[in-house]
Amino acid sequence: MADITLEKVVKTYGALGVVHGIDLTIAHQEFVVLVGPSGCGKSTTLRMIAGLEDITAGLIKIGGTVVNDLPPRKRNISMVFQNYALYPHMNVRDNLGFGLKIAGQSPAEITKRVDEAAEILGLTPLLHRTPAELSGGQRQRVAMGRAIVRNPDAFLFDEPLSNLDAKLRGQMRAEIKKLHQKVKTTVVYVTHDQVEAMTLADRIVVMRDGHIEQVGTPMEVFNHPVSTFVATFIGSPPMNLLPGTVKSGVVVLADGSSIPVPARAVAVEGQAVLLGIRPDDISPIGHGLSQDGPGAELDLTIELAEPLGMESLIYTRIAGQEVQAKLFGPRIVQPGEQLRFRLALDRAHLFDAATGATLGAL
Amino acid sequence: MSVSVQGRAAKRAKSVALWLATFLLMLVMCVPGLWVVLSAFRPNREILAKPPVWIPDELSLINFRKIFSFGTEAPGIPVGSYFANSMIIALTSTIIALIIGMAGGYAFARYRFRFKGGVFLGLMLFRAVPGIALSLPVFMMWSRLGLVDTKLGLIIVYVSLNVPFTIWLIDGFFRQIPQSLSEAAQVDGCTRWQAFWKIEFPLAKSGIAAAGVFAFLTSWNEFALASQLTRSTDSKTLPVGLLDFTAQFTIDWAGMCAMAVIIIIPALILTFIVQKHLIAGLTFGGVKG
Repeated sequence: MADITLEKVVKTYGALGVVHGIDLTIAHQEFVVLVGPSGCGKSTTLRMIAGLEDITAGLIKIGGTVVNDLPPRKRNISMVFQNYALYPHMNVRDNLGFGLKIAGQSPAEITKRVDEAAEILGLTPLLHRTPAELSGGQRQRVAMGRAIVRNPDAFLFDEPLSNLDAKLRGQMRAEIKKLHQKVKTTVVYVTHDQVEAMTLADRIVVMRDGHIEQVGTPMEVFNHPVSTFVATFIGSPPMNLLPGTVKSGVVVLADGSSIPVPARAVAVEGQAVLLGIRPDDISPIGHGLSQDGPGAELDLTIELAEPLGMESLIYTRIAGQEVQAKLFGPRIVQPGEQLRFRLALDRAHLFDAATGATLGAL
Repeated sequence: MSVSVQGRAAKRAKSVALWLATFLLMLVMCVPGLWVVLSAFRPNREILAKPPVWIPDELSLINFRKIFSFGTEAPGIPVGSYFANSMIIALTSTIIALIIGMAGGYAFARYRFRFKGGVFLGLMLFRAVPGIALSLPVFMMWSRLGLVDTKLGLIIVYVSLNVPFTIWLIDGFFRQIPQSLSEAAQVDGCTRWQAFWKIEFPLAKSGIAAAGVFAFLTSWNEFALASQLTRSTDSKTLPVGLLDFTAQFTIDWAGMCAMAVIIIIPALILTFIVQKHLIAGLTFGGVKG
């Protein structure tokens, strides 16, 4: 059993606070992704779990044991670094076997386990090469091999795909997912890429300025963001936020037009709010995801259209503010064209304009 | 067609001119060394002949036999002792300077501590002070401490001359090695000490070798301070020993040149042995990504 628990974990460098008391429980064999913009403390949190950074205050437990004062080597974790951190003076076989050798395993055992790991990751033909002779994707795989060969309690990934090009990133993302299905182990994965977070995670932890903003499954975080920060960070293109004021059951926008308050939102009369609605939920009539359910209809002028094949991303304006919308289907639209759009309000959100917090039931 | 022929001819002329210039420059640099080596193998009268004899009539090892006191002619210059002194002093001071340089270089590259910038600047400024400027104070202190005319005295001086340089060079090397390598090794089960010796040290080897060669050559070739701080065969080094060939009215050029060759040879051998590392070591710093 290797669950990981963080209790009120704080990290400061002198007067500078980086992580401000976070609580998090990661279950055995769970794949948890820490996601957030640069400087949100996600990497620091991971490095504290690894033992590479001291903890200023709080507790970290791995498998029930408090590891605050244990050095990395005694935590039985393995880590994949952003720059892979392969040992340049060793070939792939020695890189994979290094941890086992340090642990004092017999040469026969090392060979056996390195061969197994190489087999899983398709590295067998590359075992005699040095890191300099490998491509980016191969290096990435060696780094993962080095992590699995020791059979640790948990894998820690620190932005492992950010040095790869887009195509390779997609491939490696799938490989990491497959690897986790094969080698059931607790995984803590740090990334700033919300697509990686959505696709890989059992649970997403959205971090911001050293705090945890929201924890939930990818769909929970996507469908029920607790704040405008999460709403705009998760999902691409980001959720549109329209400022307005609540008046007798409708949100009155800047130009005086009104949109009904979404059903699940609870707002006080006269409250300044942000109406959050994803591009997928603003579509020309006949080209949307859903035709029924609560909605509002508006005539909008297309400013720019980006055809993506079976759908087009459309830039338009609602009450003077630029919004992104989506047209589903292979219809070509031209800038300047005016179409009647439908806003599907069953998936819309209302946020407090001042705090950014969601209004109403999650 | 003719344009390209002209262009090619111009290119060729340029390359010939470049080669010629390089050759002349090399000649200027090499002739004194060549002269020393040639003179080591021929008698005094040929060395002093006017006009100079460029192509020696005969080459012999007689000068070397003389300075090592083989055969009947005893020159009274203990070259063997000087050689041993030089070796002991240069090797010991190099090893100590490397150990301090590795520890210091690693600390400067990896740790944050108070006054780091100031200490580093201080070390570098120390390099800017010509050693000879310190010779009098050092001599006075050493004479009080009884270190004049001892190998230990020179070793301490050479270590302090070399340490700033070895720290500076080795610091640069450790900076090139990503810290994540050491971290990966620690996650893989190493202590920090093991991570250093198994991962970081092998990767910085070139730089450490380069620093070692420079430290050795500095100590091996140093004359000014050694001439002040040594007196007898107990501690005199080869460059100081060269002076033994000058008497009040005569200079034994042949013997001096033979000894100069003996001084040059270990330095050359060492440089060749670590050549590969040395080149890697000296260019490594230039490719910071």
